[in-house]
Amino acid sequence: MKTETTDWIDIAALDDIPPRGARVVRTAEGCIAVFRTHDDRVFALDDRCPHKGGPLSEGIVHGTAVTCPLHNWVIDLATGEARGADEGRVRSHEIRIREGRILVSSQWLAKRKAA
Amino acid sequence: MKEKLVIIGAGMASGRLLEDLFEHAPDRYDITLFGAEPRGNYNRIMLSPVLAGEKSYEEIVTHDAAWYRSHGIATRFGEPVVRIDRERGCVISPGGETPYDRLVIATGSASFFIPVPGRDLPGVIGFRDMDDVEAMLEAARAPGRRAVIIGGGLLGLEAAAALRARGMEVTVLHLMGHLMERQLDPAAGYLLQRALEARGIEVFCNAHTKAILGHERVDAVLLEDGSVHEADLVVMATGIRPETRLAVDAGLRVERGIWVDDALQTTDPAIYALGECVEHRQTVYGLVAPLYDMARVLARRLAGDADAAFEPPAVSTRLKVTGIDLFSVGEIATDKGHEEIVFRDPGRGIYKRLVIEAGRIIGVVLYGDTTDSGWFFAKLKAGEDIDPIRDTVIFGPAYAEGAAADPLAAVAALPPEAEICGCNGVCKGDIVAAIEGGATDLAAIRATTKASASCGSCAGLVEQVLAATLGDDFALPEKKGICPCTDLGHEDIRRLIKAREIKTMPALMQEAGWKSSCGCHVCRPALNFYLLAEWPLEYADDAQSRFVNERNHANIQKDGTYSVMPRMWGGMTTPAELRAIADAAEKYDVPAVKVTGGQRIDLLGVKKEDLPSIWADLNAAGMVSGHAYSKGLRTVKTCVGTDFCRFGTQDSTGLGIRLEKILWGSWTPHKVKLAVSGCPRNCAEATCKDVGVICTETGYEIGVAGAAGMDLKKTEPLVRVATEDEVAEYVTAFIQLYRENAAYLDRPYKWVEKVGMDWVRARVVEDADSRKALCERFEISQSVYRKDPWAQETGAAQRRRKWAPLADLTLEAAE
Repeated sequence: MKTETTDWIDIAALDDIPPRGARVVRTAEGCIAVFRTHDDRVFALDDRCPHKGGPLSEGIVHGTAVTCPLHNWVIDLATGEARGADEGRVRSHEIRIREGRILVSSQWLAKRKAA
Repeated sequence: MKEKLVIIGAGMASGRLLEDLFEHAPDRYDITLFGAEPRGNYNRIMLSPVLAGEKSYEEIVTHDAAWYRSHGIATRFGEPVVRIDRERGCVISPGGETPYDRLVIATGSASFFIPVPGRDLPGVIGFRDMDDVEAMLEAARAPGRRAVIIGGGLLGLEAAAALRARGMEVTVLHLMGHLMERQLDPAAGYLLQRALEARGIEVFCNAHTKAILGHERVDAVLLEDGSVHEADLVVMATGIRPETRLAVDAGLRVERGIWVDDALQTTDPAIYALGECVEHRQTVYGLVAPLYDMARVLARRLAGDADAAFEPPAVSTRLKVTGIDLFSVGEIATDKGHEEIVFRDPGRGIYKRLVIEAGRIIGVVLYGDTTDSGWFFAKLKAGEDIDPIRDTVIFGPAYAEGAAADPLAAVAALPPEAEICGCNGVCKGDIVAAIEGGATDLAAIRATTKASASCGSCAGLVEQVLAATLGDDFALPEKKGICPCTDLGHEDIRRLIKAREIKTMPALMQEAGWKSSCGCHVCRPALNFYLLAEWPLEYADDAQSRFVNERNHANIQKDGTYSVMPRMWGGMTTPAELRAIADAAEKYDVPAVKVTGGQRIDLLGVKKEDLPSIWADLNAAGMVSGHAYSKGLRTVKTCVGTDFCRFGTQDSTGLGIRLEKILWGSWTPHKVKLAVSGCPRNCAEATCKDVGVICTETGYEIGVAGAAGMDLKKTEPLVRVATEDEVAEYVTAFIQLYRENAAYLDRPYKWVEKVGMDWVRARVVEDADSRKALCERFEISQSVYRKDPWAQETGAAQRRRKWAPLADLTLEAAE
C-alpha cells in the first residue's frame, strides 16, 4: 500500500463533462460520479445516494451540490453530506484538474476489499 | 572584483528586480541586461490605454537609456540571447560570449496562437508588445475597418474596447460560455457582455474558431458552427505561453514554465528565473502583482538574504476599460465548505459576490460598483473573521459597523421624486398620492399609477412604500418565491422575461436578483421552460437544467435503469412495429415489457449505455420517442371510431393521430394527456384528460382541464365545433395559452382553477384573432421542437459516447 505522495491518473478531459453535469467512472468497487460545477470545479462521490441508492450522477448540479433524481435529497459535493433536514453521507474521492485534464488518485484503481 | 550578473529579458519583472536590487546592494554586481525588443522597459500593462489613445508611449516608459546608464548597467537591447552555456558559465548572443557568475532568466511570455489554419496570415497579431500596438493602430487608421478579437479574457476585452474607441467595428469571439471566465462568474460575465454590447462591440460566447480565412491578408474568421465574421485585423488574445526555449535547451527543468523553488532558483543553483516565464508550485502567473513580489524576493536573495522566499499572493484583477467597473480576487468558485453572499441590484446593474470559508472572505467578485473593493480585499488578505458583521458585510464599510439596515426606514427616507418604477417612470410621490387617494394594495396601485405593471421587478418596493405610508394598516405580504433562490413567484418571473426581453439564464438571474450563483434543482427547470417557451428561436435549451428523464429522454427507475417507450400514434400499431419492439426487448435483455394506460408499450429496465442503441433500432423500424418522460405531450388515447365500431360517429383514431402529430415534441409546464372518443360512450375516457374530445353525429365537443391523478376532475366544456380543422385549431390554441401562462408544474386543471374558464374562453373561443395568433406562436415553437430527440442522440459516435461511462477502471485494476 502506497502512503507517499499520491499518484495521479489522467482519465479524461474536463470538457468530456458538461458544466453543471456529471459522468460516471466504473471502478472495481462500484461507480463513482464525477461532477463538474458551473465554475469548472470537479468533485467525485460514490454514485449512490445515501437515501435509497439513487444515481447522483444523474441529478441536477447547482452551486456545489447535486439533487438526487429519485427523491430530491440535496448532497454537498465537497463533503458528501446531505444538506437540509436529511441525514446521511456518501463517500467522496480525491480528484483534481490539471491543464484541462481530469486526474484521479491511483487509489481508484486499487481493488480494496470492503471492510 | 565584483560578481557578474547577467539578466536575459528587459521587461517589467527584471525592471523591478533591478530597482529593488539597487536598493539592497547597489554595488555588488557588474550587470549586463539583454532585451530582445529594441527599446528599454515600458509598463506593459498600460498598453491598452496606449491603444485606446488615452496615453502615449512616452508616458508608459519606466526605464529609459539614461536610467540604465546612470546605474552602470551594460544594456544589449535588440540583441537576443541564443544559448546558455552552463558548463562554461556564459551566455551566447550575436555579439559573442558574455560570462556570468549568476544568471537571471526573465524572458516573459509570448502570445499563444490557437492552432488553426490561417493563423500565419498577415493581419493576425497578438497583443503583447509595442509592435503589436503599432500594428493595430495602423489597421485602425482607415475608417470602417473590422477587427475580430479571438479570446474574451482580460487582454482581449481591453483590446476590443480600445479598438472600438478608435472607431473600428469590433467583434469578440470567446470559446467559453461567458467572458473572463477565470476571473468572473457567469452573472458578472453577463453584465460585462451587456456593457460591451452597449458600446457597439459584438460578443459571441461558445465560439469555436475553425479557421482564419484569407489569401494575401486575413479576410475573415470561420467558426465551427459555419458562421463567418469578416475581419481586416484579427487579434489573438487566447492566452500566453511562457518563453522557455533557452531554459529547455540548457537542460533546466521546465514544466509549463521554467521550474523554480521558493527562492526563485532553477535546477541550476547559479541560475534564477522570474516573471511570466516561470512556474512556481504548479502555477504560472500572468498578472503584474505577483511578478513584482517575485522581483522583491529575488533582489533580496541576490543581495545575500538567504531567507527571502516567494509566497503566492492573492491576485486581484481589474479591467482597464474606462467606464466599466469590475473587480475580482481570490477564489471565485464555491468549493469545499465554501459559502457565498450575493447581492444584486438589477436596476443599477450591480452584482457583488463574496466567497466565504470558515468565516473568512476568500474571494470577491464585484461588478458595477467597486468602491468597496479595497475594504473587501483588505479583509481577505488579513483573513479577518467576518462572522460578527456577516449580515451586512456585503453592503460594505458604510453599513458593516453600524446597525442592521432596515429596508423600510430606507424607503421611508426616499424623497418624493425618487423613481420607484423604471418602466413607467413612476415616482414615490405619485404612489404616496395614490395611497392617500384610497389605493391600499398593490393591485390598486398598479391600476391607478401603472407602477410595477410592466416588468414587475419593483413590486416589492411598491409594497414597502405602501407599508411605510400606511403603517400598521398594511401588512407586507408573505414572500412567495418559487424557491429559496428568489422572492419572485412564477408569474413575476414570466412577466419579467417578457417585459425585459430576457433570453438567457444568467441574464434572468441577474435581472431578477437571484440569491444564488446558479440556481437550484427547483428553479432551474422552471426558468429553462419559461425561457424556451417565450423565445423558442433564440433560447438554447439547457440540458443541465432539466430533470434526468428529460435530459436522458427516458424514465429513470428506482435501480437507475430506464424505461423506453416508443410513440404509437393514437394508440395504433402494426405487426412490423410489434416485431421490432419484441426484437429490441430480446436484444437488450429488457426485464419487463408492459402495456400502459396510454395505449402503448413500455420496455422497462434498460441500461443507460444501451439507450442510444435501442433507440437506433426502434428508429430504424420507423418509431420515434413517445415522450413518456416529459413535461410535454404524452399520449392521445383514442377508440377505434367509425372505422370499425358500430356506434362510432366520427374518425376518432384519425383525429387523435392528427392532434398527436401537431402537438408532439412541444414542451409544456407539466405533462399533457389527450383523448378522443368516437361517441358519447367515451371508451377513450376523454372526460378526465387535460384535453378531451368527444365526437357526436353533428360534430365535436372539446373539454379541457380534467384530471385523473392525485385529483379526480371532469373536464370543463371549452367549445363545440363542426369540423376536424376547428378541433385542431382550438386545441392548439388552448395548449399554447397554457404554455405561455401557467406556472411550471401546474397541470392544466390547476392553472384553469387559478385563471378561470371565462378567461380561457375569452382568448381561445371568443377572440378569433387571439386564437389564430396563439396557433401561429405554437407553430413557430414547433419549428424547433417537433423533432425526435432519440434520432438526435443516435447519430455520430461522438454524441453516443456521452451515454457510456467516462472511464472504466475495472479493466486496469484486473491487470
